[in-house]
Amino acid sequence: MFVTPGYAQETAPAEGEVHTETGTQHEAGAEGAFPPFDASTFPSQILWLAITFGLFYLFLKKVVLPRVGGILEVRRDRIAQDLDQAALMKSEADAAVAAYEQELAEAKQKASAIGQQARDGARADAEAERKKIEASLDQKLADAEAQIATITSAAMKEVGTIATDTAAAIVQELVGGKVDKAAVKAAVEAVRQ
Amino acid sequence: MANDPIHQFHITKWIPIEVGGYDLSFTNSSAFMVATVAIAGAFLFLTTSSRGLIPGRLQSISEMSYEFVASMLRDAAGTQGMRFFPFVFSLFMFVFVANFIGLFPYFFTVTSHIIVTFALSLLVIGTVIVYGFMKHGLGFLKLFVPQGVPVILVPLVVMIEVISFLSRPLSLSVRLFANMLAGHITLKVFAGFVTALSAYGAVGIAGAALPLFMTVAITALEVLVAALQAYVFAVLTCMYLNDALHPGH
Repeated sequence: MFVTPGYAQETAPAEGEVHTETGTQHEAGAEGAFPPFDASTFPSQILWLAITFGLFYLFLKKVVLPRVGGILEVRRDRIAQDLDQAALMKSEADAAVAAYEQELAEAKQKASAIGQQARDGARADAEAERKKIEASLDQKLADAEAQIATITSAAMKEVGTIATDTAAAIVQELVGGKVDKAAVKAAVEAVRQ
Repeated sequence: MANDPIHQFHITKWIPIEVGGYDLSFTNSSAFMVATVAIAGAFLFLTTSSRGLIPGRLQSISEMSYEFVASMLRDAAGTQGMRFFPFVFSLFMFVFVANFIGLFPYFFTVTSHIIVTFALSLLVIGTVIVYGFMKHGLGFLKLFVPQGVPVILVPLVVMIEVISFLSRPLSLSVRLFANMLAGHITLKVFAGFVTALSAYGAVGIAGAALPLFMTVAITALEVLVAALQAYVFAVLTCMYLNDALHPGH
């Protein structure tokens, strides 16, 4: 912007010279001189270029470019926002999948726990049953042993009495006379010991 | 006159204005500058007025041109260069639309006059110089002394760098001007052949097929050139602005 007027001033003297005699030459020059090099048209072109380009620059700078820039900015923001939202939704979906998988895992765990429990229960029942049976068997064994012991001791006691009687009878037969029962019993006891 | 390929570049006064001895007339060139600015401005303004989140076709064009120039500038001059974005975008749109309007028959091509392209490139170089000194002070002169050059070669290299810097506005303006001028002249010459040949009866009309085909082909080429030259102008502007931002190479 600042160059064009300056240039116009620089070239001004040359222009002035040409122009003083171009009142007619310009019309005639239309036939002769090569138009792009016809210096008499320069001031007008520079002036109108400065005006039009200057206004164009200001219009673009103040109105159009901020607007287009704004449109692009808004779009970029919107796309970024949409991407964020998509990412959010994706993370939500991921969370849902994770929750589902966790529930599935929990359910599996629970099922296996129930299975285990049932198995354990059955095993425990079987064990208890077994123990009960064993206990009753033990009991029966013990009873039987006790009975045997009783019978044995009774039998032994009987053996003692029989032995004493037998001894007393033998002694009586052999020795004759009255036999001291207590002494025979003591002797038999002493032998049996 | 109709076959004069230079005729299309003539400037005609529409509203004569003369101030202090300077001819500041509103000419056909001025009118097409106004048209260029009006069409480009109105297009950009109207297509984006709905501020659609999902752009329509026309809004897409505006947005694409915005992002195209923005990425061009960011690639060449970095993020700091974005302060010049309105300037580069205005330049690109102005040159682009002016080139395209010029492709319509009977329309004037604003950029086919060297004074216009030269003024635009001086504006670019002026911006580079003013901003360069404003931001870096005398450090901007490091631009002319590349690093890692042997001391003996420094004067020579500095001279070359200065010459290359000074020739920039010239090459920038002549490239655009010459492309537009040459393209339009070629187009006009081939089109002139068509009318000239077709005046010679049936044989002439048959013979005119070749230049007619050439005219069509060159028109297509000129569409490419119009877009390409606007792009080149904008890219070089970005690179020169990069020098103002980072003069130390």
